[in-house]
Amino acid sequence: MTNANPLWKILLLAAVVFVGALLALPNIFGSDLAVQISGRGNPLDPDQSFIAKSTIVEGEFEDVEFREEDDRLIALFKNQDDQLKAQDSVRRKIEQATTTVSLNLVSASPDWLRNISEPMYLGLDLRGGVHFLFEVDMDEAIKSAEERYVSDWKRAVREAKIKGFKIQHTDGKISARFNVVADRDKMLEAFRSEGGDLDFSTSEDDKYGYITANLNDIAVDEEKRAVLQQNITTLRNRVNELGVSEPVIQQQGLERIVVQLPGVQDTARAKRILGATATLEYRLVYGTPTDWSSGTVPPGAKRYKLREDGSPILLQRDIIVTGDQIKDASSGFDQQSSQPAVFVNLDGVGAKRMQAVTQDNVGNLMAVVYKENRIETSFVDDKEVSKEVKTEEVINYATINDVLSHRFQTTGLGGDEATDLALLLRAGSLKAPINIVEERTVGPSLGAANIRQGFLSALVGLVLVVIFMAWYYRIFGMVAGAALILNVVLIVAVLSLLQATLTLPGIAGIVLTTGMAVDANVLIFERIREEIRSGSSVQAAISSGYDKAFTTIADANVTTLIAAVVLFSLGTGAIKGFAITLSIGIITSMFTAIFGSRVIINAIYGGKRGKTLAI
Amino acid sequence: MRNFIGESNFDFFGHRRVAMYISGALIILSLLAILIRGLNFGVDFTGGFTIEVGYEKAADIQAIRDVLIAADLPDASVQNFGSSTEVLIRMAPPEDGKGGAALSEEVFAALTPTSDTPVDMRRVEFVGPQVGEELRETGGLAVLMALFAIVIYIWFRFEKKFSAGSVLALVHDVVITVGIFALFQIEFDLTILAAILAVIGYSLNDTIVVFDRIRENFRTMRSGTPTEVMNVSVNQTLSRTVITSFTTLLVLFALFIFGGKIINGFALALIIGVIIGTYSSIFVASTAVLALGITKEDMMPVEKEGADLGDMP
Repeated sequence: MTNANPLWKILLLAAVVFVGALLALPNIFGSDLAVQISGRGNPLDPDQSFIAKSTIVEGEFEDVEFREEDDRLIALFKNQDDQLKAQDSVRRKIEQATTTVSLNLVSASPDWLRNISEPMYLGLDLRGGVHFLFEVDMDEAIKSAEERYVSDWKRAVREAKIKGFKIQHTDGKISARFNVVADRDKMLEAFRSEGGDLDFSTSEDDKYGYITANLNDIAVDEEKRAVLQQNITTLRNRVNELGVSEPVIQQQGLERIVVQLPGVQDTARAKRILGATATLEYRLVYGTPTDWSSGTVPPGAKRYKLREDGSPILLQRDIIVTGDQIKDASSGFDQQSSQPAVFVNLDGVGAKRMQAVTQDNVGNLMAVVYKENRIETSFVDDKEVSKEVKTEEVINYATINDVLSHRFQTTGLGGDEATDLALLLRAGSLKAPINIVEERTVGPSLGAANIRQGFLSALVGLVLVVIFMAWYYRIFGMVAGAALILNVVLIVAVLSLLQATLTLPGIAGIVLTTGMAVDANVLIFERIREEIRSGSSVQAAISSGYDKAFTTIADANVTTLIAAVVLFSLGTGAIKGFAITLSIGIITSMFTAIFGSRVIINAIYGGKRGKTLAI
Repeated sequence: MRNFIGESNFDFFGHRRVAMYISGALIILSLLAILIRGLNFGVDFTGGFTIEVGYEKAADIQAIRDVLIAADLPDASVQNFGSSTEVLIRMAPPEDGKGGAALSEEVFAALTPTSDTPVDMRRVEFVGPQVGEELRETGGLAVLMALFAIVIYIWFRFEKKFSAGSVLALVHDVVITVGIFALFQIEFDLTILAAILAVIGYSLNDTIVVFDRIRENFRTMRSGTPTEVMNVSVNQTLSRTVITSFTTLLVLFALFIFGGKIINGFALALIIGVIIGTYSSIFVASTAVLALGITKEDMMPVEKEGADLGDMP
């Protein structure tokens, strides 16, 4: 019984210490506040990069540093004010359609280290930011799917040249009424062959033949899944447009979407943009001002209000182009009137249609309709009741002087409104409205305080335990202390490596682990003491102390791990952070407290014939 | 050799009646507190708003209340949070269904003109009633699932009487910890739930160490009644139990004192849980196993299992 270390054990421990320290090191350097300028889907245009850089240089911010890498330009700032100001001024100068400007945190490590490891990813409660949980209004989604069937059916009946029918959707059903029963039978075949998972039924009375259909479960599920996916895509586009770096956009369950925006300060705007449904529509104006105020709405026309003064105006029912045909949009100012303007770029189909219509209507009036659906939720008897409030107003109308095609501009909006609308047009529309069912915002000052307090409590806890162990178990206690410090380094290293999110409860998990991880060493040392008391030699005592304590340590840790895994699987956000650090801590402590401390103890006492141990 | 507790030889099981009375009384009191006073659930579980704002100097709570009443937000509860410069405003979800951002803006707009120094928006939490209800359900489910998974594990690793004993100890710990939160009406939010689960993990950790030693002693000690074997085992592990609880409490007090107010309740729940868990692993778990009639024979067949895992380096 010599307790000598085989070489591989020493090398393994040394390698783990080295790699762990290297991975954990970037956290000492921390992160710098940055503004990141990158291309939208493409590499950054060198011209845009130049504009951005010179804008920041002109801003004369304190100690700005630039870094050009991976097709992006990064500017580092000393304080948050500068960072926000710089983002704002760069945004005004660059071409928004091709370039994004976002706030970011980048590793402050030296270059060589940055290529090896990144600092831990800080959660919203530590860096500030906002967490939204959106619920997709699936009733609306199903309703619009039914409306789609109604218009498909109408088209099919018209194509079949059948007269005398009525198609509508009511109470989750699509119903068609035919004056001639034979027509009904013919169309039933046609509707079935249109596809879609519909359940059909027919009936007739002495006057009419009826078809009713409803979406079956498969169709409803399919529709919900599609709507959820499309909304996630739209939200992702919108978040990118907002210029938030490292956002999280995730499906949660079948009807919900989590959006986390780190570092966002203007949460009200973020919320407005994410949930917005604003879009534009272009229509020809119907008749003259005398027709508009006459109070009657002729067929083929639709009544609107002018935003400016609320006076009525009539527009043609047929739409020239809708927001979905807008390929690209940016905001700016009209060169002549210097009013805020949205510059619109149409896709092929839209451009062709715009060209055809404007060609035939030079000298006539064209109007721009601003459409917005807002969901207003209220609580009636503790139940949420949502109703959709639709705003449709004419923001301007003007004489068509020229044939329009791909690109043109629209005025009549406020400055912020133009910026937001351009953003929404670029990002696409939501397929169904979304409601916020949970929101958590942490201001930057609280985030910083949380980091400071979390770090302080971890440090104090660690120091107290190390001092106590060294005092109580002397040399062995010091070794346990070293193992404990290594354990914390390894937790940080693993978190950095996995880029798992560190939250405030996560820090609490690390603190708790430092208290519990020494348990393994306490168990071992108490065993060694017992062995010595019962007369074993020092070498035998060390050896059997470690051996006998092993199963106990393993059993005890597995049960804590079970609790941590349950926490992880059922917890949300911050709680998951606690489960993660607790689990990692338990696993790494098995290595440091058993293997690590043994190697050091062996190095100190192994092979010696001494009669006493400093334990 | 420094020793808080040397080679002890307390007669734990001779006093098990006393322990039973204490535990029984604590559990009844806790259940009464939970049933009568109820838990003071935070917004996580009830749904509603929490808005935390910071001032540069001590905030005038009454003035803030007046401002909010004037701003047509009469149901808001306003109180200091941690220090005199920090204020926590809580509200039930409003009737007109304003989302979190809209309402916090309204509160912020109402507060800003009344203060001559800047008002700092620290934190906004909005949880819809639906989400709150779901969190309550998954929370309860989490505790039950953890207990269930642990029963299975101990049954597999030890024996069913041990499994029953440890779960009894865990239920004891959870009920008393929750009872203390109910008694003092300390806010019970998601972090407290996480702490309760951690307490389950910790308390079990302690219990298993004792059980492990009981199993070992049943196999190695030639003589002695089950009570004597168990008494020896608890005494042998006592020093370790006390030292580990002490180091854990050291870090928890560091967390409680320095960790900031958001983590305060969490640390408190763990402190209570660790103390109760330590007590229960000594007095409740083993007593229960003994009451269930553990014998030497119960421990013998599992020897095979112990052997293949027992001698790893």
